[in-house]
Amino acid sequence: MNELAIETRDLVRTYRIRKSPTNPSGAPVVALDGVTLDIPRGEFFGLLGPNGAGKTTFIKVLVTLLLPTSGSAHVAGLDVVGQAQQVRERISMVSGGEHSGYGLLTVREQLWMFSQFYGLPTRPALARIDELLRIVGLYEERSRRVSALSTGMRQKMNMVRGLLPDPDILFLDEPTVGLDVEAARDVRAYIKEWIHANSRRTILLTTHYMHEAEELCDRVAIIHKGRIVACDTPAALRRRTAGGTYFVLTTEPLDGIAWVSGVPGVQRADARVTDGRTELRLQVADDGAIAGVVKALADRERRIFSLQKIEPSLEDVFVQIVGRRLEEADEGGRP
Amino acid sequence: MSEIARARGLRRVVRATLGRAYPRIIGANRERSWLFYDTVLPLLGTIAFVYVYKALGAPDRFVGYVIMGGATMAFWMNVMWNMAAQFYWDKQGGNLELYMVLPCGIVPILLGMSIGGFVGTLVRAAAIIVIGSVLFHVTYAITQLPLFLLIFAVGIIALYGLGVTFASVFLMWGREAWHMAELFMEPVFLASGFYFPVRALGFWVGMGTSIIPLTLALDAMRQLLFPGSHPALLPVRAELGALVGLAVMFMLVARWSLRKMEYLARREGRLSLRF
Repeated sequence: MNELAIETRDLVRTYRIRKSPTNPSGAPVVALDGVTLDIPRGEFFGLLGPNGAGKTTFIKVLVTLLLPTSGSAHVAGLDVVGQAQQVRERISMVSGGEHSGYGLLTVREQLWMFSQFYGLPTRPALARIDELLRIVGLYEERSRRVSALSTGMRQKMNMVRGLLPDPDILFLDEPTVGLDVEAARDVRAYIKEWIHANSRRTILLTTHYMHEAEELCDRVAIIHKGRIVACDTPAALRRRTAGGTYFVLTTEPLDGIAWVSGVPGVQRADARVTDGRTELRLQVADDGAIAGVVKALADRERRIFSLQKIEPSLEDVFVQIVGRRLEEADEGGRP
Repeated sequence: MSEIARARGLRRVVRATLGRAYPRIIGANRERSWLFYDTVLPLLGTIAFVYVYKALGAPDRFVGYVIMGGATMAFWMNVMWNMAAQFYWDKQGGNLELYMVLPCGIVPILLGMSIGGFVGTLVRAAAIIVIGSVLFHVTYAITQLPLFLLIFAVGIIALYGLGVTFASVFLMWGREAWHMAELFMEPVFLASGFYFPVRALGFWVGMGTSIIPLTLALDAMRQLLFPGSHPALLPVRAELGALVGLAVMFMLVARWSLRKMEYLARREGRLSLRF
């Protein structure tokens, strides 16, 4: 048995696109640019990156929806080009914001329909559907029409659909996008439980939620402009930010933060405005450097509401590697 | 591999086909508006032609021609809107991607769409025939029921084969599916002789429009329903033979176009990505 659930070598995927204002030359867009990755069986693997980084293209190649332009990809030891049919026997895919199925069916009917596509006999299929609906907290809605479900309920139903055939490898493409906090937490809790229940199972999750990748994944790869720029455990990735100390400081609104980087010992500063307050995320050379920032704020007659020393997060890793925050990279991402 | 028991091979194809047919069949019960849109509205058009023939003093059998045409039209509309355009809707809704990575392949999905669509449309067509025949006192003198049913069955197989071909073609062309469907509505109503014997268009025009399976199927069924009085395009058995040929041809073309669509989808990504 192949111990690698997913294996790619120099995987390249380009798209031919028409000339447009954003691509006046009509040059091919490189979505994946030589991705080499090994994901062992049983691993919960996260692919983290901004919009347009190549996450979805990577998944689409692996689930046999797209052919690679060059390079190779194997899923469960099977070639996604030459053995697509066998690959499809072993996988399942759930995407965020998915509106699959038919609104006039009830939740249970819709799931039964999908179970038939995988050849599940009706009685065990319905028993499994009921069991999974109970687990995700959707059993009471089983007779409700799909068209009447909320976004969160719908995504839970999609998760059940993905799990129905009990795949060896589950591909989750931003499964919690657009969900409210509670629904996203439920989905995360269940997929974590699902993968740990059987060592045969592997999950490849794409997300651009840092905390999701940190909470769920055994290992995380950061993808940027079609390239894997880092790949390790979340803890090991965080250690890459060694050499600095991180603080989050909340203060009254600031006009600009360029001056913060000029404070001795400050290595990097980012700002977010929330609820009329400015949240400064600071990377400083040592703890003492924060005193200079506090003094500078006092000189500007700005009150400080909170100051907290924090562990570096994957977001800090992303900033260090890519040079921009994830949201900024999203804004500059490809269509 | 999964520890859940699964059927494979032909048994899985049957399960997947029935699974996909289910929403089509159940949908007819859940969305009762079809009673109005799919039965009453086509009947209004049919009734208009009935009164035209009555005003002209045409023989009573022409009323029967029109009602038969109205019933057959329901199948054409089903094939265009719910077969040919279906992949387009499925792409928009995200189903197409899921269908394309199913282990059962996409053929059972199309079979299920066809069977489910056929069952639903059969009820609608029967409703049109019954209501129209009762309203206008039409009588049929069917003499060869097995042959009539055989022609109907072969015509339907050829028609849904054409629908599967169009499903791939519409998607590959990348046009708005409803524009394509509309393009094929009124001209086909005219050219296939839905409201009159196709022979009235002239022999060679009738032969040309016979590429649409309904033309020959409708002409052959009218010959059997109104024996001796229908101006036939070809003898019934020749039309049956041609329908068998069309059925085989459309199934082969459908198979080829499906493979082509799947290949293009994987190579260019144009079916699953919005570049």
